[in-house]
Amino acid sequence: MKILVCIKQVPDLESRFKANSAGVWFDETDLAWRMNEYDEYAVEQAVKLREQLGEGSELVVLSIGPDRVVEAMKKALAMGCDRGVHVQDSAAAVKDPAQIAATVVAYARDQHFDVIFTGMQSQDRGSAQVGVLVAAGLDIACATTLVGFSYSDGTITAKRELEGGLKGIVKLKTPALVTCQLGLNVPRYPTLPNIMKAKKKDIAALPIESLLSTPPLAATVSFHPPAKKGGGIVLEGEVGILVDQLLGILKEKTAVLR
Amino acid sequence: MKILLIGESRDNKVLETTYELTGFAGAAAAESSLFFVGSPHDLPAVSGRLYLADVAACGEYNPDLHRDLIVRTVAEENPDAVVFLHSSYGWDLAPRVAAALKVAQISEVVGLVEGGFEVGCCNGKMRRTVKPATARVVLTIQSGAFPVNKEGGSPQVVALAPPVASGRVIFAGYEAAEARAIDLGRAEVIVSAGRGVGKKDNIPLIAALAKALGGELGASRPVVDAGWIEHSHQVGTTGQSVAPKLYVACGISGAIQHLAGMKKSDFIVAINKDKDAPIGEIADVLIVADVLQFVPALTAKL
Ligand SMILES: Cc1cc2nc3c(=O)[nH]c(=O)nc-3n(C[C@H](O)[C@H](O)[C@H](O)COP(=O)(O)OP(=O)(O)OC[C@H]3O[C@@H](n4cnc5c(N)ncnc54)[C@H](O)[C@@H]3O)c2cc1C
Repeated sequence: MKILVCIKQVPDLESRFKANSAGVWFDETDLAWRMNEYDEYAVEQAVKLREQLGEGSELVVLSIGPDRVVEAMKKALAMGCDRGVHVQDSAAAVKDPAQIAATVVAYARDQHFDVIFTGMQSQDRGSAQVGVLVAAGLDIACATTLVGFSYSDGTITAKRELEGGLKGIVKLKTPALVTCQLGLNVPRYPTLPNIMKAKKKDIAALPIESLLSTPPLAATVSFHPPAKKGGGIVLEGEVGILVDQLLGILKEKTAVLR
Repeated sequence: MKILLIGESRDNKVLETTYELTGFAGAAAAESSLFFVGSPHDLPAVSGRLYLADVAACGEYNPDLHRDLIVRTVAEENPDAVVFLHSSYGWDLAPRVAAALKVAQISEVVGLVEGGFEVGCCNGKMRRTVKPATARVVLTIQSGAFPVNKEGGSPQVVALAPPVASGRVIFAGYEAAEARAIDLGRAEVIVSAGRGVGKKDNIPLIAALAKALGGELGASRPVVDAGWIEHSHQVGTTGQSVAPKLYVACGISGAIQHLAGMKKSDFIVAINKDKDAPIGEIADVLIVADVLQFVPALTAKL
């Protein structure tokens, strides 16, 4: 059985973002990078499935982006993926979801993966499209927003998270693609021996041009902070003073302090 | 502009969020019709054409089949945009429809701008303006971004026969939300812990403030996923919706899914070390401080 997990490297979301010179995405200077949080759950679930299937199965991790994404792939390899495929694209950040999906489809089409895992969305872009578009491109079954996953005998039983704590149970026959939500499992921390072992695992490099030839379907024309609605008070300074200021405000504006 | 709205139903009832779609149509000054898989006995109160597929035959979750019905409706209506909610139904179905129609999808639309759409990104911290390159576009709109429009009217129903093919994803039923140990909906004060609290060992600091204010402990999702606090305390789209007199957000960035659950609170205080955290957009008071220093100091003075 063949398993694929698709991951993205994203900046630390606590960073301060400013527009790049083209004004269509963020400036990458000084940003720290990590694996997209949703993808950590996808990798963990893929590794669990790989462990369940044992001998004769293979788990490939794929990432599209500049050379820095290899760092995120190494983490996935240390978590238990067997080998990596790095689609080299220094301009991945400005590709639209249709192009990213088309790239994955072009790679996966002849590989006959039985199960494909992706995160439900990326933390930076947040489009929540790529996984579903890949499934559509490969014409395989797909379910999104998984908080539960089990596999047996060619059938996936998945728990989809709906609103307000409700969940929907669905069954899919492989080949299938699932997108993973936060909380699906507990992503493991790579151990030192596994980090060492991962260094020997193969990461194949493929240039983006070999896989993608279609233009974007949508273009970002501006990247900017939300318009400030103003309104709220912002307090900064020494903690003791802030406490007194807040208590004063709460006494004046709310009825909760008696 | 002519648009096709994709309404939602659950348990044979129209979901209220459907009226955010009509709100969007109003904001876009668009002529709209609505596609709806639901019960013929509980129809959305909209005017214009309502393409109705009976949920008894089509299922509440059968994405391949719903996609085929929508594609058929698009051929009939010829809309400029097909508009979904950015919900568990919408983000699952919209890309399938966009792929079938070979058109652009623009997700999480929060506003309309000349020739394009404003969407959220970077966990709500930033915005992008996106323009489709295709004549037709599929949109998902962020919940709460457009006003609810329940002006009503009675729809002109166009019944859709279900396709013969069944979908590839088999729906096997719902699992109800866990019984709630506590009902945050009744609390007058809620003090919530976010990831900024750092670790499980620090949760008692937040709980102590909640107690000192006579309130309940709430949580953002990562705190629940990490097992620091039980799910019954989670506030947000996939937790509880609350509207206390006072809501104190400790180390919470203010992602849209969290805001959806607490923005109706009367008074909101946020404690965050990042002055630019999106929570500042809706907080009445944003205290720029380390939550681990500020919270105990506040508790001590109560
Ligand atoms: C379908 C879906 C449903 C979701 N449902 C929910 C939901 O119901 N509820 C929910 O909450 N989320 C939900 N989320 C997740 C949501 O998108 C965010 O990821 C989440 O709300 C972030 O939680 P947070 O603010 O605690 O963490 P982060 O976004 O990581 O923010 C932590 C904040 O703490 C601040 N901070 C860090 N250290 C300190 C310190 N020492 N002192 C002060 N401040 C500090 C940082 O500046 C930052 O602003 C959902 C996501 C999806 C995709």
